[in-house]
Parts: sequence; structure tokens; C-alpha cells
Amino acid sequence: MIKLLTLIVVALAIIAIVRLVRVLELVNALNDEKEEINEADNKFNAWMMLIFGGVGMFLAAYLTIDYQRLLLPVSATKHGVITDNLLSVSFIIIGIVFFITNILLFYFSFKYRHRVKNKALFYPVNHRLEFIWTIIPTIVLGALIIYGLKVWNNITKPAPKNAMLIEVYGKQFDWLVRYSGGDNTLGKSNFRLITDENPLGVDSNDVTSKDDKISTKELHLPANTPIFFKFHSRDIIHSAYMPHLRTQMNCVPGMTTTFFIEPVITTDSMRLITGNDKFDYILLCNKICGAAHFNMKMKLVIDSPEEFKKWYKTQEYVFQRTAAPATEPAAVKDTTAKQAEATGSHEKPVVAAK
Amino acid sequence: MSDHQNDHAADAHGAHDHEHHDTFWTKYVFSQDHKMISKQFLITAIVMGFVAMIMSMIFRLQLGWPDQKFPIIESLIGHWGKGGKLDPNFYLALVTIHGTIMVFFVLTGGLSGTFSNLLIPFQCGARDMASGFLNMLSYWFFFASCLVMTASLFVQSGPASAGWTVYPPLSALPQAIPGSGLGMTLWLVSMVLFIASALLGGINYVVTVLNLRTKGMSMTRLPLTIWAFLITAILGILSFPVLFAAALLLLFDRSFGTSFYLSDIFIGGEPLAHSGGSPVLFQHLFWFLGHPEVYIVLLPALGLASEVIATQARKPIFGYKAMIGSMLVIAFLSFIVWGHHMFITGMNPFLGSVFVFTTLLVAIPSAVKVFNYIATLWKANIVYSPAVLFAIGLVSTFITGGLTGIILGDSALDINIHDNYFVVAHFHIVMGSSAIFGMFAGIYHWFPRMFGRMMNKRLGYLHFWFTIIGVYGVFFPMHFVGLAGVPRRYYANTSYEGFQAVVNINEMISVFALIGGLSQFIFAINFFYSIFRGKRAVQNPWKSSTLEWTAPVQHLHGNWPGEIPTVYRWPYDYSKPGHDDDYIPQTVPLSKTTSSNLPGEE
Repeated sequence: MIKLLTLIVVALAIIAIVRLVRVLELVNALNDEKEEINEADNKFNAWMMLIFGGVGMFLAAYLTIDYQRLLLPVSATKHGVITDNLLSVSFIIIGIVFFITNILLFYFSFKYRHRVKNKALFYPVNHRLEFIWTIIPTIVLGALIIYGLKVWNNITKPAPKNAMLIEVYGKQFDWLVRYSGGDNTLGKSNFRLITDENPLGVDSNDVTSKDDKISTKELHLPANTPIFFKFHSRDIIHSAYMPHLRTQMNCVPGMTTTFFIEPVITTDSMRLITGNDKFDYILLCNKICGAAHFNMKMKLVIDSPEEFKKWYKTQEYVFQRTAAPATEPAAVKDTTAKQAEATGSHEKPVVAAK
Repeated sequence: MSDHQNDHAADAHGAHDHEHHDTFWTKYVFSQDHKMISKQFLITAIVMGFVAMIMSMIFRLQLGWPDQKFPIIESLIGHWGKGGKLDPNFYLALVTIHGTIMVFFVLTGGLSGTFSNLLIPFQCGARDMASGFLNMLSYWFFFASCLVMTASLFVQSGPASAGWTVYPPLSALPQAIPGSGLGMTLWLVSMVLFIASALLGGINYVVTVLNLRTKGMSMTRLPLTIWAFLITAILGILSFPVLFAAALLLLFDRSFGTSFYLSDIFIGGEPLAHSGGSPVLFQHLFWFLGHPEVYIVLLPALGLASEVIATQARKPIFGYKAMIGSMLVIAFLSFIVWGHHMFITGMNPFLGSVFVFTTLLVAIPSAVKVFNYIATLWKANIVYSPAVLFAIGLVSTFITGGLTGIILGDSALDINIHDNYFVVAHFHIVMGSSAIFGMFAGIYHWFPRMFGRMMNKRLGYLHFWFTIIGVYGVFFPMHFVGLAGVPRRYYANTSYEGFQAVVNINEMISVFALIGGLSQFIFAINFFYSIFRGKRAVQNPWKSSTLEWTAPVQHLHGNWPGEIPTVYRWPYDYSKPGHDDDYIPQTVPLSKTTSSNLPGEE
């Protein structure tokens, strides 16, 4: 049925094209003129330039104002406030240039259409004008560069020693989070140690790993606390993207990347600010990583420090399960799980679309 | 120096002009004539362009209406669209191949290949390219590359799907995505062929421009098109070999177990043996080509627009030398800005600041170019051919898209808009739309030179107005989707509640995409119809002053029947005061225009 419909559509399209070509031929035969551009063409296109330019600029301005409602709410982190200011300043500057240059372009295109009586002005060069419009962008960009680099240096400066160390770990197609515990040190890890029970490949011989905790469902952060992220990936490149926190960093296998933030607005406060009592922060994957890339995410919660402590207590230690006496069945189960994964490795990854 | 060589070339051609007989094969297929090769490039690129455009329409259907089924998808792509629903893996394949075809096959091969081939010999005043044989090879490598890429669409496991930037490890591991199997191998093979084509072409363009200019055609009398093609060719020669290296190492990692880009990987339930490589190395190599590539795409378009605007505005291009200077500065800077694609790969913040500095500098020569275009239109006398519409459209999109580059180039701002729809909007406007507008301007303007016939102007107008409405309708709102934090390359934006707000916008974008896409068929009909049935062109339909219009409409082997004309002036003597006509061809000696000569011109 569908094939038939498609065939009919294609047939109709071909007929339409043939008819159109025929009409063109007839029109061509009727007016003997060469494809010369005449007064009417110039008039039509000049007016279209004015209309398109005018309506276009109006819509651009209107959409820019109307779409403010879509933008991300105020930054939930300290550094984000600084970058948002830079963003506003940059937008004001490019907005001014956008409107001035586009309006001039479309207005000149309208005004200076061909008229038989007219002759264009022979005006090949004016060094003073060129100097002016080289030096002005240079000064404006110089200022923007200095401002931008100041912000960049400010937000990439080393994290304070006492910042809470958290590992964000990407894999197809979910996120894992490891907290460094009381010693604020993450235990060593190695991808060769990865099993189902130990998805991060943490080294159990490293004493600093004893107090590390793992979360597979949610990423919680305490407000008003400096946080130092370390990012890892076990398979391919992912990118940890927390748009409301103005934070993004690639997770690269075989490499550690870092980002320092200080969250300032809790989830509850943000619900009040946005007027949306279902609002949640989110950690997304923002580097193409396969079929379920669009679904690779983790709920992100910013708690008050007290709530965070409460939540943290309920989380599992990385080696909680192995702390129990090791039994035969556990080991057996482990190897079968491994085999199952190994044999299933050539199949397509299951897509968790729903 | 160039004059001597040209004389020899002229003699040589003159000698065997009469004994030159073409068979079907040497005339249409294995042609060594630059005019035929340019047509071959153009038609191949148009076909590939339509394939890539239809792909974009398919994934726009998915993005605009993620909950709906479209039976047409199943009839177009078979089992990848079972039940009218696009497969998520194939969605990624579509965005990957759409990008690859558009960037390389349409806007590099199609744009440089077509117009460098057509215009370099014509506008420099040469009988043909320096090496007709290399030129032929350049096309056939390009054609083979297109064939391999097209073949990869029919592979069982799907074509390459790791994004057009093919970052490893995703592109190296078939366990990670099915497209990284045979499809990716074919992608790499196709790309290697493409690079060979680009290098053969590029060397030829540079040699021809430098050595085969006619008498009197000094570098400062070259039309801006030729300057653009020359600089583009140099960029290609310097940067494409680096992509070749990147592709070769990736091929080794995929097929021979090396570890250039791979390290510490656990996938498919087992750790891999690769160790010591760095995925970020690939990104450095890729973007060392990738950024100059942006200007390889853009500069020819700007060159074509300069020529079209000057001719149709009946006015000399404002600031000819500044235009050349800014192209040279842009070209130089393009080699030292690649790191701005990698601010969030964990690069040293200090290195990041260096790239911010160099990147934002690009805005200065770009601004100069824009102001010069606007100054050219001021007090002009614009004859509205379809070509000049597209050229003016190019200036507009170049402004709009270029400005957002100032935001993306700022590392602190890039953090939150990197890889989301903001950057998609940015590069589609500044690179995609501007370059394709330049290409359309070139096609409409030089169609009579290529085929000896005119394209229908009314269909041309219709095509332009639908296209620019489509372009702005799609990509202007897309900036706001990006600012709302929506990542690119998502099969659907339904996974996070916060993205509900942009659902309507996505639908609107898709509607404009369909309008813009369908209106390209107006162009296709006009183009192919006019090749065979268009009105016959006169020798100089646009009353242009450059050399290509002094050759007869019929395509001759060697371009000019007698001697190659001598050049006496720059290419932009339009509306010169004191002269009756509003243009003076480059071949008119100053002694014949005493009434209009400026002080210093005797």
C-alpha cells in the first residue's frame, strides 16, 4: 500500500515537472526577449529586499525578546554568573552590529536598484574609511578579548585544596558518580579491574578507596561548597554537560579532565525561581556516543549542605558488597555475567528509548 | 616571466588547433578540458548535494515530530525506517553523511572544483590548466570518492555514524556503534580519494594562476575570484595532508591494532589491549585541517560574490586591495585557531587563551570585508540578476553567522554552548548557507559561460526568495534552542522535561526546512532544463569587464580562437566617469579611453 502510494506520488511529481517544463517552453516561445533583466525585475527584487529586510529585522528583534522565556534560568553556580555577564555584553555588541549592518545592506539593496538614467558612483577606495572600519572592530574586539580572557582565567584557576572531590564517569549509555569520602581522595582505578560488581574498576587494594561511595541514580551536590570534578570515560568520548550549572567537560578514555565549580542555588530554590515545582537539574551527555546518546542522562540535585549529608549517608560504598564474606555463588555469578556480556557484545546495544 | 610561458603555450596550441578531434570518450568522459571538467564537478556536486539535502529533510521530520510515523521514510530508506520510524543509529548515520557530503563533496569539491576550473584559465587568460591530465585525474578521484561514499550507504551495518568529525574511539570501535564497521572503512577510503583529488586540483590551480596569466595580467589586475581560488588552493595543499595522516592512523587503529588514538578502553564486556594512545590527538589533527577547511569553503564563495556584486552593481568593488589583504589575513589566521574546537577537551587553560586571542582576531578582516561589500552597494546601480540576489544573501548570512562566532570563540562562553544547537545554527549560517549562496551566485552568473544558454530568471528569483526565507527560518530560531541548552545530534529531545519548551520551535524549524529543501527542486528543474532548452546566451550577457566574456560562446579547445587577449587595466572599471558605457573590459587599452582615464593612467 505504502509502496503504491509512493509510486503514485513519484509519478505525479514527474508529470508535474513535465507540465512545468512545457509551460516554460510556451512562455519562452511567447515572449521573444532574451533572459535580460528589465525594469520590472529590478523593481520587484528591490522591493522584496526592503520587505524581507524590514520584516526580517522586525522578526529577529521580536523573536529575540519573545524567546527570552526559553533561555536557561539564572546560573546555579558562582562561575556561571560571571560567564553569563560576559554573554550578555557580547550579545549586546553583536546585536548592535547585526542590526546596523543588515539594515544598511538591505536598505542599499532597495535604494540603489538599477535605473536607466542613473550611473553608479565610481568609488573604488577611501583609505580613511577603511582605516576607520578596521580600527573600530580592532578596539571593540581587543576589549572583548581582554574581558573574555579575564573571565576565563578567573574560572579556570586552580580549585582550593579543600574542594570536595567527585568523579563523574561516563559509559554507554549512563553516568556513574563516585564520591571521595572522608579522606577527600579517590581510590586508584584501572579499566582492567572493571566487572559488573565494580563498574568503575576501583582498586580494592588502595586504602583510599575504602571510604569511596558510588551513586548510579542521581548526582547530588551540596550548595555553597567548592566542588572539584574529575571526569573519566570507560569506552568512548562522552561529554558531561550540566547546562544549568554552566558546566561542561569531555570525558575521555585514558585521560582525566577536571572542572571546578561552586553551586549556589539548591534545586528547591531554583523551583521557586523558575516557578516550576517539577524543575530538576540534569547531567546530559553532549558528545555523540551511539544509539542511545540522546537518552544518556542523570538527575542532578543540589541540596543544602544538611540535606546532602543526609542523602550521602544512604549511599553505598564502592566495596560494600565485597566487604561481606566472599562466597562461591557470587564468584560464579560474576563469571557467567561476564560471559553473557562477552557473547552479547556483537549485538546492537539495547536502546532505552521509552 | 609569465608572459613568456604563455606565448609558448599559445604557439603550441595554435599549432595543433586544427588537428584536434574529440571522440565521445575524450570529450565528455575523460576530458582534459577545464570547461568540461568544471561541468563534471558541478553536476556531480549537485547530485550529491540533493542526496545530502534529502537526508537532512528526513532527520528534520524526526526532530520536528518525534512521536509521529512517516511512511515515506520507510519507502526511502527501507529497514532503517521500519514502520515509518527512523532508527536511532540511522539518524546518526544521516547527520554524519549529510555533514560529510555537504562539507567535502558539495562545498569543497563542488565549489572549488567547478569554479576554479572554469574561471582560472578564463579569467587569467590561459588556454587551459597547467596540466590537463592532472586536472582530469582530480575529477576522477573526486568521482571515485563520491561513488565509495554513496556505496557506503548500502552497507548492511549502515554508513559511518560517528558524526562528520569521526572522533575516535567511537569511529574506531564497531562495538560502540554499528556504523563504525564497514561503513566507516568506506568513509575513510572515500576521504583518502577525496584528499588526492583536492591536492591534484589545488596544485594545478596554484601553478596556473602563478604561471599562465596572459600579457598584462599582473597579480593586482586579477579578479577577486582568482585571488580567492589561489588562496583556497594554498590552504588546501597545506592542510589536507594533515587530514590524510589523521585518516591513515585511524585506519591503522581500526584494522591493524595500533594505538594512536586508543587507550584504556573497556567495551562490550571486556578491556581492549590498546594502550598509550590519545583520542585528543585525532582532534588536533582533524581540526588542523578542519578549521582551514571552513575557509576553503568560504573564500571561493566570497570571491564569487565579490565579482557578481561588482558586475551587477555596475560599480567597482570597494577596497580591492583591502579585500585581498583581508583574505590573506583570514587564511593565515585559519591555521592557528583550530584549538577553539577543543576548549572543553581538557586542554591547558593557557593554551585555550591563546586560541581565544587568535580566533577573535579573525573577526577584524571579516568585518572589513563586510563593510567593503556594503560600501560597494552604496550609490550603486544594481541590476537584479538571480546571481546578485544570492551574493547579497551571502553578505547577510556572512554577517549573521559570523557574529555568533565571536561568542563561540570565547572559551568561557563556549563551555555552555559547545556542541549544542547554538553551534549548529552558527556554522550552518556562516559556512553552510554563505558558501551555498556563493555557489548559487556562481552558477546563475556563469551558467551562460558554461553551457552557452541562460537560466530562467523568474525561477531564479523564486528559488532565491524561498531559499533565504528557509535559511533564516531554520537557523535563526535554532540559536535559541542552543541557548536553552539542547545538545546537538540527539535523536529526540524528549528525554528531559526542560526541553519541552522547545518542541514548538523544533516543529517550526522543520517546516521551514521542508520549504527550503523543496524549493531547491525549483533550482534543479531550472538548471537541467536550461542546459538543453534555455535561451541562447550572448557573448557577454552581464556586460562584465573580465576576460572570460571575451571568449566566444562556443567552447573552443584553447578558449580563444586567435591570440589570447592582452590585459590593460584592473577588472573593475564599472561606471567610470567620462566613459559612455558603464563598463570598460580589461582588454581595452588606456589609449582608447582617454576621456575617462584617471590621473596616473596615461
